[in-house]
Amino acid sequence: MLLRHTTKDIVERTSLTINPAKTCQPVGAMYAALGIHGCLPHSHGSQGCCSYHRTALTRHYKEPVMAATSSFTEGSSVFGGQANLMEAIDNIFTIYEPDIIAVHSTCLSETIGDDLTQIVEKAKANGKIPEGKYVIYCNTPSYIGSHVTGYSNMVSGMVKCLAKSTGVKNDKINLISGWVEPSDMREVKRIATLMGTPFTLFPDTSDVVDAPQTGTFEMYPKGGTKIPDLIASGDNKATLAFGEWATADAATKLNIKCKVPFEVTDLPIGVRATDRFIMKMSELAEVSIPDTITAERGRLVDMITDMQQYLHGKRVALFGDPDQLIPLAEFLLDMNMKPVYIVSGTPGKKMHKRLEELILPIIPEAKFKNGLGADMYLLHQWIKEEGVDLLIGNTYGKYIARDENTPFLRMGFPILDRVGHSYFPTLGYMGGLRILEKILGLIMDKQDAEATESEFELVM
Amino acid sequence: MESILKGRQNQVMTKGTDSHELSCDKSSLAGSVSQRACVFCGSRVVLYPISDALHLVHGPIGCAAYTWDIRGSLSSGPQIHRLSFSTDIKEKQVIFGGEKTLKSALIELIAEYKPKAAFVYSTCIVDLIGDDVESVCKNVTKETGIEVITVQAPGFAGTKKDGYKVACDALMKLVGTKGTEETIPNSINIIGDFNLAGELYLLRDYYEKMGVHIVATITGDGRVDAIRQSHKAALNIVQCSGSMSNLAMQMEKKYQIPNLRVSYFGIEDMSDALYNVARFFDSQDMMDKAIELVRTEVSDLLPKLEFYKKALKGKKAAIYVGGAFKAISLIKALRMIGVKTVVVGSQTGNKEDYLTMKNLSDEGTILVDDTNPLELTQLVKRTNADILIGGVKERPIAYKLGLGFCDHNHERKLALAGYEGMLNFAKEIYATAMSPVFQFTKIK
Repeated sequence: MLLRHTTKDIVERTSLTINPAKTCQPVGAMYAALGIHGCLPHSHGSQGCCSYHRTALTRHYKEPVMAATSSFTEGSSVFGGQANLMEAIDNIFTIYEPDIIAVHSTCLSETIGDDLTQIVEKAKANGKIPEGKYVIYCNTPSYIGSHVTGYSNMVSGMVKCLAKSTGVKNDKINLISGWVEPSDMREVKRIATLMGTPFTLFPDTSDVVDAPQTGTFEMYPKGGTKIPDLIASGDNKATLAFGEWATADAATKLNIKCKVPFEVTDLPIGVRATDRFIMKMSELAEVSIPDTITAERGRLVDMITDMQQYLHGKRVALFGDPDQLIPLAEFLLDMNMKPVYIVSGTPGKKMHKRLEELILPIIPEAKFKNGLGADMYLLHQWIKEEGVDLLIGNTYGKYIARDENTPFLRMGFPILDRVGHSYFPTLGYMGGLRILEKILGLIMDKQDAEATESEFELVM
Repeated sequence: MESILKGRQNQVMTKGTDSHELSCDKSSLAGSVSQRACVFCGSRVVLYPISDALHLVHGPIGCAAYTWDIRGSLSSGPQIHRLSFSTDIKEKQVIFGGEKTLKSALIELIAEYKPKAAFVYSTCIVDLIGDDVESVCKNVTKETGIEVITVQAPGFAGTKKDGYKVACDALMKLVGTKGTEETIPNSINIIGDFNLAGELYLLRDYYEKMGVHIVATITGDGRVDAIRQSHKAALNIVQCSGSMSNLAMQMEKKYQIPNLRVSYFGIEDMSDALYNVARFFDSQDMMDKAIELVRTEVSDLLPKLEFYKKALKGKKAAIYVGGAFKAISLIKALRMIGVKTVVVGSQTGNKEDYLTMKNLSDEGTILVDDTNPLELTQLVKRTNADILIGGVKERPIAYKLGLGFCDHNHERKLALAGYEGMLNFAKEIYATAMSPVFQFTKIK
């Protein structure tokens, strides 16, 4: 009877979140900041915030995650946190020697009204920022949006604080990455390289939160977008931003600041979203699509074709972030599966609209909700009304999966109880193969486990 | 290269070389990569294991999301504590106040879950916007008949340790609210064990074998009604100096219940924890039973430990844990299996704790208060430690350095308390210290 606390009857809840399908902004800002080479993220707030975010990221990546905190006290929350941040900047450059500090605020520092622009300016004026070093920042009030908003704000902060235009454009394009795993960022770089696209990818957490075991502890692992590349992003000829919620704001800001034209596309999850991504890249970078990529696409389509009898009609419930959920739902539809329930704690009216257009013509009974009231408790209640064949989402889905005896594919943030997400991408055609392989494994394992002896099949 | 933050020199010392007293009880420097957390965190981890109560976090979603089922505190009964409830406050509440939201959340939750009591954690921002949480709680108590207790835990109001105190204050609102004033003979409350990996079940069994009656376990496998009656116990036994000695002190003051400080890690400390209770009750029968229990357990355990002791001889360990009392027990337990402690530190130790640690340590052992990853890395390297014992954030650092690691915190998967726990501990240390994986990274 473990954790069977969800009831079937859905009662309207006015002011309460049970088992959230989101968390707060700062953790996203911290993760994005780790995608800059030589960066120490800094949390401007109480010690606990920093500790929680580091713990969450450490549990997800099984890697050391470094970040500093302003260590607010009762005094700072009355008199403002300026002194703390100034002291912190000084201490950090002296002791931890990063190339750059990426400051994000918290609900506390936002509510007392600390002005990060003014404080960082003052630190600069007072000589607290050594020559050749940088401090960038963004506002991440926890009471607005979700972890995705925080990620987006930090990516915009990179543009706002670093990107410059010299007036001379170069041949590279910017690839602004949505909130994905280091494995995915590595995969995007592989694809761009295969296509012969000169690019700057940011942020880039590959080789940061998936660092190899070497016997030494590197405070700043070798990965991450280099600062000169971030500065030069203003001179690149175009921007391809993938994952609207996480990157559209940064792409827009870069266009306003440095006149870099941009396209925003979905995260390349599944066949069609990857098609769009590849086409856009080909257009913007003015490169052709090589046969190797076409062959990868063919292999994905081939596997879907081969295994279609195990996929069709399977009901799927998903939860997580809009940037993942939209192309994932599309991919499921393309595999003849039925994404029937979708929730995301991340607000944004667009998600509903996109899913409506995508899903309702094919599955009129599908239910989806995001923002206020869209939590995993609601998702579980829907599942209790009519069950599903597969659940996809972060680790917190395991309670539902256990309660309902439903195969469960872990995707999203955080994954606290399995590994692999750091190393095996879910983006691109190859990532599609990985998702499909996992889905089939789960469905077929269940079939094997539950088959009677006479029905138990050798060949599937 | 020595990188101890300016202003931290006094929080690190080497026994035998340094003469200064270890400075502690300080808040972390701004800008340090501290391993510490906040007041909310402290109160939440202490109260979390009370499994038939509702735990509602009043604040933006993060505080609830990060404390959702994170502690391996087992409950033998209800599991409500493992769900995550939040008022999930937004900009609107930040501007207009969150009292209404809080009230309706409480009403909805109490109707749905019918808990024995409810704890409302007020976070940083709730304190700033000035919600009168206390009066909302009082009103809801009146309306529903379910006691709703405010846990005043704004993160900035101190360190995690201050959060423990806040939790103890909240618990005191329950203590003494049920049953007569009469003291139950030969009875104890077990305070400060959180039933990680089911450790409390072992302890309960030991004490019951001695004929001791257990009134309440606070808060591991905790229940509201038991805590309400806990004033009837004749003795409080308190583990984990940092978190819950304050509750014992308050109970002593209000209900004249004496307390004993104990530790359940390692043979020595575990046995003392049993003998001292028998001694307190001045009962020969209890003492005989305790002696018998210890004899049985130890004679079973010692031969098994021999293997590990031989294998681990000469290995060196660094300890960096939350509570100081735990660090002290660990030094002794490690010694029992042939492992020398070369670095020992805690997040929340006080002067007295560090003095005990110093006295217990060998010459050359480094003592450290509230360290950070860079400093810890250097201390570990300088002392050539083979194993690090710590919590979730230290694990990947240890591994990156090619060191073995043992989680002595929330993420322990095996019981480490008691006699059975000592064997588990030896096994775990052995497994990690001897793991063949480190052959690939050992720097020669």
